[in-house]
Amino acid sequence: MRRWTSLPGGVKFLIGVGLLFLVLFVANSTLNRYVLHVIILIGIYSVATTSLNLTNGYTGLFSLGHAGFMAVGAYVATLLTFPVRLRIAYNLPLLPHFLGGPDYQWPFLPALIVGGLVAAVAALLVGAPVLRLRGHYLSVASLGFMVIITTLAKGLKDLTRGAAGIQAIPRYTDIWWVYAWLVVTIYVIWRLLNSSYGRAMLAIRESETAAQAQGIHPMRYKLLSFVIGAFFAGIAGGLYAHFARSIRPYEFSFYMTFHIVIMLIIGGAGTLLGPTVGAAIVVALKYVLKPVEEGLGIYGLVEIVYALMLIGVMLWRPEGIAGGVNPLRFLVARKGERR
Amino acid sequence: MDGGPLLQIEGLSKAFGGLWAVRDYRLALPEGVIYGLIGPNGAGKTTIFNLITGFLKPSGGRIVFAGTDITGWRPDRIAHLGIARTFQILQLYRALTVQMNLEIAHHKHTRYGLFSALTGLPLYRRQEREVRDRVGEFLELFGLTRYRNVRVGTLPYGLQRKLDIACALATEPRLLLLDEPSCGMNPREAEELAQLIRQMKARFSLTLVVVEHRMPFIMGLAERIQVLDHGVLISEGTPEEVRNDPKVIEAYLGVEDAVA
Ligand SMILES: Nc1ncnc2c1ncn2[C@@H]1O[C@H](COP(=O)(O)OP(=O)(O)OP(=O)(O)O)[C@@H](O)[C@H]1O
Ligand SMILES: [Mg+2]
Repeated sequence: MRRWTSLPGGVKFLIGVGLLFLVLFVANSTLNRYVLHVIILIGIYSVATTSLNLTNGYTGLFSLGHAGFMAVGAYVATLLTFPVRLRIAYNLPLLPHFLGGPDYQWPFLPALIVGGLVAAVAALLVGAPVLRLRGHYLSVASLGFMVIITTLAKGLKDLTRGAAGIQAIPRYTDIWWVYAWLVVTIYVIWRLLNSSYGRAMLAIRESETAAQAQGIHPMRYKLLSFVIGAFFAGIAGGLYAHFARSIRPYEFSFYMTFHIVIMLIIGGAGTLLGPTVGAAIVVALKYVLKPVEEGLGIYGLVEIVYALMLIGVMLWRPEGIAGGVNPLRFLVARKGERR
Repeated sequence: MDGGPLLQIEGLSKAFGGLWAVRDYRLALPEGVIYGLIGPNGAGKTTIFNLITGFLKPSGGRIVFAGTDITGWRPDRIAHLGIARTFQILQLYRALTVQMNLEIAHHKHTRYGLFSALTGLPLYRRQEREVRDRVGEFLELFGLTRYRNVRVGTLPYGLQRKLDIACALATEPRLLLLDEPSCGMNPREAEELAQLIRQMKARFSLTLVVVEHRMPFIMGLAERIQVLDHGVLISEGTPEEVRNDPKVIEAYLGVEDAVA
């Protein structure tokens, strides 16, 4: 144990990634499609929750607009990768020349990244006014942004097919894509936390006044965390679209946002791996309880269990499930806490 | 600019609604001295600190620091110029460790970009090593090394106050503003604090303005003292002069009369 804790962070990270992919490899070659489906969903939600953690957990900005950024990423990536042949059949626009022209469809990776970037730009535009607000006002305003996005997705029929949504999206997302992006997301946040940028974000969470007196411009770091969070939310959205193969505006709304927020709180806001733990618990629980729900005919059982878990965690384990587990403490310790 | 006062304030005023919290305040603070700022509750002392450090925008007047007019600047820009402060009510990062509090306080001295931070380029690694070394020095200096991994919220109050000053110094300021640093200390601790402040002043060639209620403390520490009452400067001079100024006695007695 002492040996392990004295290893440099980079080595620990690499070992962790190695183990993760070993486990995934074994899982991928032994488990059935249904379980793998759940594992992929856990990965996608982990990316979403980990990116929400940057604003809500580390910078202390309780944003509720995350599903909006996921929608932006999902729609942008989908519009870029959508096969030319189907575009005509589905009445979707062909790509303009500066995006490759009418005969072009994008490969998955650049489409995902552009989806993330557009979400990041949206965060930059929205953040400038919204992040001036505090506490509940910020939460409500960010929720308002999400409503605007879903309304746009419904309204811009020529671009999104409106409420009907887009179907027949190519299924590019697999277990490797998802978990590679999860590793990238966690890596970026981990590096950030070990730099003056992440420290400034934590400072703002703890005392904006003290941070300012020490030369930190809060808006700069609030925007930065919001924009980086939105980028990875956009990626999660793109991964989701190319996994579910269909997207509709209402999917990216209150329900999804609250799901992600619940994952964050249950797993442990402000911890590096808490979001992944939370996503795993919440998604797995859903698939375990679904048959029970149907068997017993108690519809809404899943939601009730979520609500009870949320209350339980907030009462007895406010740092989240991953916030206090000792063997994993080094991985999940809130930055700057005793390890 | 050189040879002139480090901090020059003229006609500084601040109104909250109809109330003048500070009116026509002036200060010519030479480099390398300790000034005391005293006055009854609500006299406007904290408001003056807030105006100097940009947390409040003045209703009128001018603040010039080291030759730069900083009137109306943002707090973080003023901090970058070299003014640090502590707060009457402690503003520490309570959920974070002592070490992290000091690392954050050192923020304005790191200059690497986001890309360096994400990729761990040599520039980032060198500056982070510098931050850790510097924080190590401050921990030593303030006798906080054994608490480095302790969450600040769990520290005893006296150590929190000490850390608060350590953090202000870790920004490496030229001018340090302390708002009631001895608040909540017993006389022995207050004496130790005065000693510490003198040491720090010499070591970092600081200039200080200290707001205090504890008379013996400030009379022993400050070279010159300003007295404020109802936002107005009523006296200025050496501790001896101020102590014997009838206007000062009246201001303080007046308060007691009101209480009695
Ligand atoms: N943000 C504010 N809004 C409105 N009034 C304020 C504000 N800050 C201070 N005041 C008022 O300005 C006056 C001066 O307050 P200030 O805090 O500067 O006094 P002080 O000398 O620091 O007092 P104390 O010794 O109690 O700390 C008080 O009447 C106070 O109520
Ligand atoms: Mg005060």
